[in-house]
Amino acid sequence: MAEFWNRFKNDRLAMGVSFFLLMVISLAILAPLLAPYDPTAQNIINKFQGPSLTHWFGTDQLGRDVLSRILYGGRITILVSVLTMVVTILIGTVLGVIAGYFRGWVDDVIMRICDIMLSFPSEVLILAIVGILGMGITNIVLATVIAKWAWYVRMIRSIVIAFMDSNYIRFAKVAGCSTWHIVRKHLLVGAIGEIAVLATLDTAAIILNISALSFLGLGVQPPTAEWGMMLNEAKNVMTTNPGQMLAPGMAIFMVVAAFNFLGDSIQVALNPKINKGFSTKRYSLFSALFGRRKKAVTQ
Amino acid sequence: MKHYIVKRLLWMIPILIGISFFAFILINLSPSDPAEVAIRVNEVTPTAENIAQMREQLGLDDPFMTRYLTWLGNALQGDFGNSYVNNKAVGEEIAKALPPTLYLAGVSLLIIVVISVGAGVLCAIKEDSITDQVIRGIVFIGTAIPGFWAGILLMWLFAVKLKWLPTSGMTTPASVILPAVTLSLGYISTYVRLIRNNMIDNKRENYVLYGRVRGLKEQTIMKHVFKNSLQTSLTALGMSIPKLIAGTVVIENIFAWPGIGRLCVTAIFNRDFPMIQAYVLIMAVLFVFCNLLVDLGSVWIDPRRRREA
Repeated sequence: MAEFWNRFKNDRLAMGVSFFLLMVISLAILAPLLAPYDPTAQNIINKFQGPSLTHWFGTDQLGRDVLSRILYGGRITILVSVLTMVVTILIGTVLGVIAGYFRGWVDDVIMRICDIMLSFPSEVLILAIVGILGMGITNIVLATVIAKWAWYVRMIRSIVIAFMDSNYIRFAKVAGCSTWHIVRKHLLVGAIGEIAVLATLDTAAIILNISALSFLGLGVQPPTAEWGMMLNEAKNVMTTNPGQMLAPGMAIFMVVAAFNFLGDSIQVALNPKINKGFSTKRYSLFSALFGRRKKAVTQ
Repeated sequence: MKHYIVKRLLWMIPILIGISFFAFILINLSPSDPAEVAIRVNEVTPTAENIAQMREQLGLDDPFMTRYLTWLGNALQGDFGNSYVNNKAVGEEIAKALPPTLYLAGVSLLIIVVISVGAGVLCAIKEDSITDQVIRGIVFIGTAIPGFWAGILLMWLFAVKLKWLPTSGMTTPASVILPAVTLSLGYISTYVRLIRNNMIDNKRENYVLYGRVRGLKEQTIMKHVFKNSLQTSLTALGMSIPKLIAGTVVIENIFAWPGIGRLCVTAIFNRDFPMIQAYVLIMAVLFVFCNLLVDLGSVWIDPRRRREA
């Protein structure tokens, strides 16, 4: 673990990206204190203002301050995505560890349920659940968790199985350590890095997903500010004011790119042998994505 | 091989049953009564009387298993019930919207294959050169850019500003270009990366070294490397076909493409349950069959596994 931190600290870009993400998250949390205007306050006379000292990012079609909307929008986009990720990772870790540690029939039952869940494309599953429960951000989060948990169980199970094969865990078992002790002190400590990689990369995917649904109008309802929602509004005024598409799009793009980059960096720091950014590890993540086919893929 | 196919086909049965069951109970999981929803969408005030009538009409008072079996039997014959909104047959509506979606996905697939094979092979041959690094940079951007943002930016540039292509709809043959390119962007990034990494992994194998020692031409060696790295990429590509079809949802809504993705989102807005249900069922079945074909294909393509299976 110490080695990992040393490598991570020496990776300047990785530190830069972490700093950027910390900043973005704090900005999102502190939005009510920092935002210069009320994100929903309309001022039609002031609409479509260019960037100026009073409105750094200009104003939108209803004269609302774009900077304030971006800050408040980040609260929803980022915080909700992180929350979704935490819940899915928790479910994935608990079930994945149970399946990977105990194997046998428990493993079989959990994996067969996962197989059925994974036979739905997650996009369709999310649409189906949102379609039935109704629109809104809570339902999107719920739908995302339901659609994604099985994939995490499978991923974390394969990570756990790899660790179960290692000698130090065999030794701990022979030495008579309790299951709880082995899971907590050996398994989770060993696997935490790989789970962190999964979590960071998937936060990026969830942000894209949630903002896409909001863009379609299925998520956050107006006038609440959310990045995908803002792009949806910008699309309607595209012909007259294309500049409106810039700020929210860049915001999503930068945060997603940062999370992707962070995931890659953690991976490189965990395992310095792999090729940076374009790691073969990344490719094994990809093959594991298709779990059942893993054998075919790695051959 | 035969044994494997039989096993794989048998495994389809529980999955298909599971899927149909899930699609069916979706509506029952809804917090609102389907009968009430069916009445409300037509802007009629629900009363105890017309709710009872609608329940009768929709057959909601029958026992659960009876309803499931009736629904499944009808669905197998292409009858998914009638839309709550306009009372048209859902099956027909979907049959009308499916070809545009498949067309869009097909064109995207073509773009994906051509560009990612080209760029991936180029990157692998010229590993770590400037070309490789530039393509990798573009790919990195491609994975992070939201598809819908790329879509509206492309639409603004090529349709609004330059007026080269139509903004939306499916009126001219050129209409397909913008949505197909937008749809393929994310996948291209994934596959360039995948093909490049596979080929580079293969380049480190002993048979390549042997080929060099034998004095084979670099071109011949690369041909072998490409062929050997194809399997993983084909598997992944096959897997992404249903994802591609499902992924048209956002793109169809941006470009007003008259496909099933748009149909589904409209149905969600209208709370048109039978339409959502049919969409889910058809997509999931499509997904499962694509998986089956990919699985069988990947065994068939690899002589070692063909013999083993």
